[in-house]
Amino acid sequence: MNALDLARWQFGITTVYHFLFVPMTIGLAVLTAILQSAWVKTGKEHYLRATKFWGKLFLINFALGVATGIVQEFQFGMNWSEYSRFVGDIFGAPLAMEALIAFFLESTFLGLWIFGWNRLSKGVHLTTIWLASIGTVLSAFFILAANSWMQHPVGYVAGTYADGTKKAVLNDFLAVAFNSTVLGTFPHTIFAAFLTASLFIIGISAWQLHRGHETKVFRTSARFGLVVLLIASIGTLISGDQQARIMTSQQPMKMAAAEALYQTSSPASFSLFTVGSLDGLHEVWSIRVPGVLSFMATGSFSGTVEGINNVASSEAQQFGGAPADYIPNVPLTYWTFRIMVGLGFLALIWSIVGLYMFRRGRTPAGKWFTGLALAGIALPYLANSLGWIFTEMGRQPWIVYGLLKTQDAVSGFAGWNVLITVVVFTLLYAALAVVAVRLAIRYIKLGAEPAPAPEGEKPEAPEETRPPVFAY
Amino acid sequence: MLHTIWFLLIAVLWIGYFFLEGFDFGSGILLPFLGKTHAEKRAIYNAVGPVWDGNEVWVLTAGGAIFAAFPQWYASLFSGFYLALFVILLALIVRICAFEYRSKIDSDTWRKTWDGLLVFGSVVPALLWGVAFGNIVMGVPLETVNGVQHVFTGTFFTLLRPFPLLAGLTTLLVFTLHGAIFLSLKTAGDLAERARKLAWPLGIATVVVGAAFILVAQFWLLGGIDKYFIGFALTAVLLIVAVVLSKLKRPGWSFISMGLTIAVFTGTLFWALYPNVLPSTISPATNSLTIDNAASSDYTLTLMTWVACIMVPIVLIYMSWTYWVFRKRVDPSTLTGPTGLPPSFLSNKANPPAAPSAPSTPTPEGAR
Repeated sequence: MNALDLARWQFGITTVYHFLFVPMTIGLAVLTAILQSAWVKTGKEHYLRATKFWGKLFLINFALGVATGIVQEFQFGMNWSEYSRFVGDIFGAPLAMEALIAFFLESTFLGLWIFGWNRLSKGVHLTTIWLASIGTVLSAFFILAANSWMQHPVGYVAGTYADGTKKAVLNDFLAVAFNSTVLGTFPHTIFAAFLTASLFIIGISAWQLHRGHETKVFRTSARFGLVVLLIASIGTLISGDQQARIMTSQQPMKMAAAEALYQTSSPASFSLFTVGSLDGLHEVWSIRVPGVLSFMATGSFSGTVEGINNVASSEAQQFGGAPADYIPNVPLTYWTFRIMVGLGFLALIWSIVGLYMFRRGRTPAGKWFTGLALAGIALPYLANSLGWIFTEMGRQPWIVYGLLKTQDAVSGFAGWNVLITVVVFTLLYAALAVVAVRLAIRYIKLGAEPAPAPEGEKPEAPEETRPPVFAY
Repeated sequence: MLHTIWFLLIAVLWIGYFFLEGFDFGSGILLPFLGKTHAEKRAIYNAVGPVWDGNEVWVLTAGGAIFAAFPQWYASLFSGFYLALFVILLALIVRICAFEYRSKIDSDTWRKTWDGLLVFGSVVPALLWGVAFGNIVMGVPLETVNGVQHVFTGTFFTLLRPFPLLAGLTTLLVFTLHGAIFLSLKTAGDLAERARKLAWPLGIATVVVGAAFILVAQFWLLGGIDKYFIGFALTAVLLIVAVVLSKLKRPGWSFISMGLTIAVFTGTLFWALYPNVLPSTISPATNSLTIDNAASSDYTLTLMTWVACIMVPIVLIYMSWTYWVFRKRVDPSTLTGPTGLPPSFLSNKANPPAAPSAPSTPTPEGAR
């Protein structure tokens, strides 16, 4: 493997790993804030206990999100220096804004939330978790605006540095911030974040109910999670559908590769499953739904969808080289896309089943329900990762679509440098994952803490009255 | 003009980072020396607990600002200092986990492991940020490779030249001293008194090494007394004042003086660097990165100036408010209780105290 392949593996590993924690952070921060609001508004104690239970799991997750996020801020310059040189004028701005506007907000107010339980008034303390939540959502917006520019570069002109080095130059920031791509990606990612957090809440709550622990806290949590899941899964599917159309017009190759559609077709059928060689020449068996790909791609059941070969030849003509150079890894894009979409539909079905099971005061306690609910926790992790792998792999060979190829973006140093960092990051991340998962399981098993002593007059409460789970 | 403004802003961000995260590093380094008891160790963690994350965002902002304002600097610096930066990242990662996970399990082995990682995660960046800035000021081999200008052609060992190492030793001592003064201000009782006492020998060592660095920088790197000596001399005076004030039991004033020491010291290094951002030791004329050839377009810089002018004051206001909320000294005598879950982590089988055991319960995913 050369430095390019290793750098791509490194980006894939560190970014997919980072993104295991990000959607949970965004979703769980907001859901914890909602639960705490319910407590402040109603004064009902089970809301407070739910807030603390989910809050401490949120923090275990958050720590790794922050820790792995630092790498993201630096690795563009480390492994992708030529990319950084070329795009910094545009790509750097949202990154700096993310730190300045979102990260400060999130980190400062989360510190206040953790350590402020007995030091701030109820209302101010509630505000801190909301401000931290807003920070997490804002950070998603900025980083997705930056990524969307790689998918669909807008608002720039070709230019050079003072020394003649070529670069893309920003000339319309609003076009970058409100790129049609980010308007599709941002809601999709935020809905997926709520989907992730709600499936987690449902899974853990179902297990707590199954073992008969704190029925009131976890029944409330489960129903809350199911309602969020219903909204989030519908939102994810609708925004994903919008995104597919944007993608078809902006990156026809990605859509064609997602379906392994080699020849331009109208109408194009959607294959749920294909057995055969994925070069498109030999199809052994497939289940096809007529017209559906046309609908996904264009909004009309008879619309024309361009095929891989057609797009590849036109790109080769435009940018030079052989058509084969412009075809991404088709089996990978085909399956990542399919599984991601399938999991989205599963989540929707699961929310309906769950809401039915919890209808009118009922509480499901069957082993099958608990088992499915626990398995459901893994679903969004898989879907989120596959979604990003699809988005980024489907854009290859480009790092910035139509502007800069990945092979021209990598830093020029020897591959062994990258090999060291890939291996060490992977080992460290694996070790930290084991620690975090086991820690989370221990705290889940502990369950909701016993009801706190009634709020007495404790104007200057000593440190130790802080809830033990928030003690440092 | 815009280029100079952004050079200044980036200097301000690094000053903010070193001033704030400096005492986090120092507190982490001193943990095994000052935290004699369980409660005292907890007090040290709690002294920085509410603020370390916000402090760390300063470096993310500095990195993002370099990317946005001087992309070529970002590209050459971070790819050139590749392995050094990688080691810093590893240290910062385990340090964060130490803060967040250390008190989650009530076991001495667990705590000792994370305490060790906190020390590692504090020593390494405290040393290597100094090494990095020593290299930036001194210049590194930047050449034109395959038509790409400003490519770092040294190795990891290029970064370990004597001058940068002296810079690293200086920042290591400065941040450790900053941590000692911070703990003497922010903790109470015996712990605060021991932190204050330690600040004296530590302060003398810092003054000696700091003076050596200043002399080498002034006479060897800059070639004699010049205008930058104003900055270096002021740094030395502020440092000595900080050490003396700490000795005189004025921790608040000592801390302010120490903060100013870091600010003036970092500021002077940036001043000496200007208008370069990363000089080339091989072909300065074509390959040195300067505020002009590394900079983004005026459009981007104007946009970012507006964002910075609005956001930096807001951030400063709410961060100051955080320090105000947590202004009380952390008293170890209130932190004697256990933290976290009972130490059956490794077996992971014990039933939690709060949960009635249910033998047939399925284990959550990932449970061993």
